[in-house]
Amino acid sequence: MAKVLMKGNEAIAEAAITAGCRHYFGYPITPQNEIPEYMARRMPQVNGTFVQAESEIAAINMVYGAAGAGARVMTSSSSPGISLKQEGLSYIAGAEIPCVVVNMVRGGPGLGSIQPAQSDYYQATRGGGHGDYRMIVLTPASVQEAVEMTVQAFDLADKYRMTVMLLGDGMIGQIMEPVDLDAVKTLMAPAVEKPWATTGMKNHPGRNVVNSLYIQPDVLEKVNERLEAKYREVEREVAAHEEMMMEDAQIVLAAFGTTARICKSAVRMARAKGIKAGLIRPKTVWPFPYAAFEKAAEQAQSILCVEMNMGQMIDDVRIAAAGRCPVSFYGRSGGMVPTPEEIVAAIEKAVK
Amino acid sequence: MEHRIIVAGFGGQGVLLIGNLICHAGMEEGNNVAWLPSYGPEMRGGTASCSVTVSDDEIGSPIVTQPDICIVMNQPSLDKYLDAVQPGGKLFINSSLIKPTRYRDDIETYLVPTSEVAQEVGNLRTANMVMLGAVAAITGVVKTESAVAALREAFGERRAHLIPVNEKAMALGAERTEKV
Repeated sequence: MAKVLMKGNEAIAEAAITAGCRHYFGYPITPQNEIPEYMARRMPQVNGTFVQAESEIAAINMVYGAAGAGARVMTSSSSPGISLKQEGLSYIAGAEIPCVVVNMVRGGPGLGSIQPAQSDYYQATRGGGHGDYRMIVLTPASVQEAVEMTVQAFDLADKYRMTVMLLGDGMIGQIMEPVDLDAVKTLMAPAVEKPWATTGMKNHPGRNVVNSLYIQPDVLEKVNERLEAKYREVEREVAAHEEMMMEDAQIVLAAFGTTARICKSAVRMARAKGIKAGLIRPKTVWPFPYAAFEKAAEQAQSILCVEMNMGQMIDDVRIAAAGRCPVSFYGRSGGMVPTPEEIVAAIEKAVK
Repeated sequence: MEHRIIVAGFGGQGVLLIGNLICHAGMEEGNNVAWLPSYGPEMRGGTASCSVTVSDDEIGSPIVTQPDICIVMNQPSLDKYLDAVQPGGKLFINSSLIKPTRYRDDIETYLVPTSEVAQEVGNLRTANMVMLGAVAAITGVVKTESAVAALREAFGERRAHLIPVNEKAMALGAERTEKV
């Protein structure tokens, strides 16, 4: 199939179906409404289930149930709705259930605005729910990458029995770009067996239980140690990033998602002015590609972190730089999107 | 080659479709394209706009703030974008609805009588295609035949019978457009 033009939200929904997702539970909120809308139309065509739940909380718990039975399940929302899902996400992490959650971030805090933002970085990477848990967080910067990461998200979720979050923003959801949906089929990993799933007693010697309650502290500590070991493994195996013009870069931009593509324009403009700029774009923000930034901190004069928030990923960049070079910040928030010109001005300020 | 385009007007004038068709045609011609609508809390009769980028290179920022091609379908859009057009850029004004009071001498301005031409071809709803025909012919951002092919795909079989009148509207739009 040739490339087709699709909105980010619709393309993610179709990619999820391609990946074998047959259960979607959601509740409407701008700017991700095209996902439930698309799923409502498509799921009946593929003998799948679409439920518009009575709330985000109900939707995430429906995900918990269906995923616990071994199905490939997805929900999606935007910032305020994702906040509502946090209890469920913590339970899902505790029960080690695989699922995919899309967050098309909008301006916050509170009801905020409906325009694009990246201010849920802390919530996604540090855990908005309680307890020692992690989610794999993928950050697409184009519609094509969004569909590739959607397929990857289901595979990673099954492999590690974890929640994988696709962390986009209003722009990734709304933008329309050419996308090759057939190409993503080749990226799919072989299906993973789920002997832990609650599929009835027919195929099991004993009962399978999906639960996150471990009332004995020593037992729960063992669970936490096992989860931690798994998270360390994910850190080693999953962290990913892209580099642009890094060979001789003296000022290194750090940005993810939509902001990273705006930074690409800014890097080209800065190069045209004779400034040796480069870009590191994390494709996963948990696990964070620390190694790439450690190397950059050795090589560059400074790092400029650009985000659509008041400065959140900069914490991870500073952890990686560990004082080896100055790390500065430029950001817009509330739904405002930085222009390449503004970023070039921030670069010029940083190299002065 | 990179064209950065803004299409703006009232909701219902087909401004998102103009952008969509440029985007689709550009893709079919082998370019990279991106289309981004404004998605504020809009209402019927309110303003609608979209950013379109057509490039033979990777597209960085998909948001257009300084277009080299700017299409305005109503007065508020002209007021908003007149000074945003890049020097040397091309501004297309829907002269059926807009009576400009000020022109810039560092850009090329074109007046497109969309409603008059649409009426002449016998279908008022082709007004946005009149504009698209003018833009394609004058800027070459996409070929007219690519835009028609994109429209054919958008219409599907059910509305295929509307293609000839739209094609006529596009051709006549290119012909009737006046450079200021």
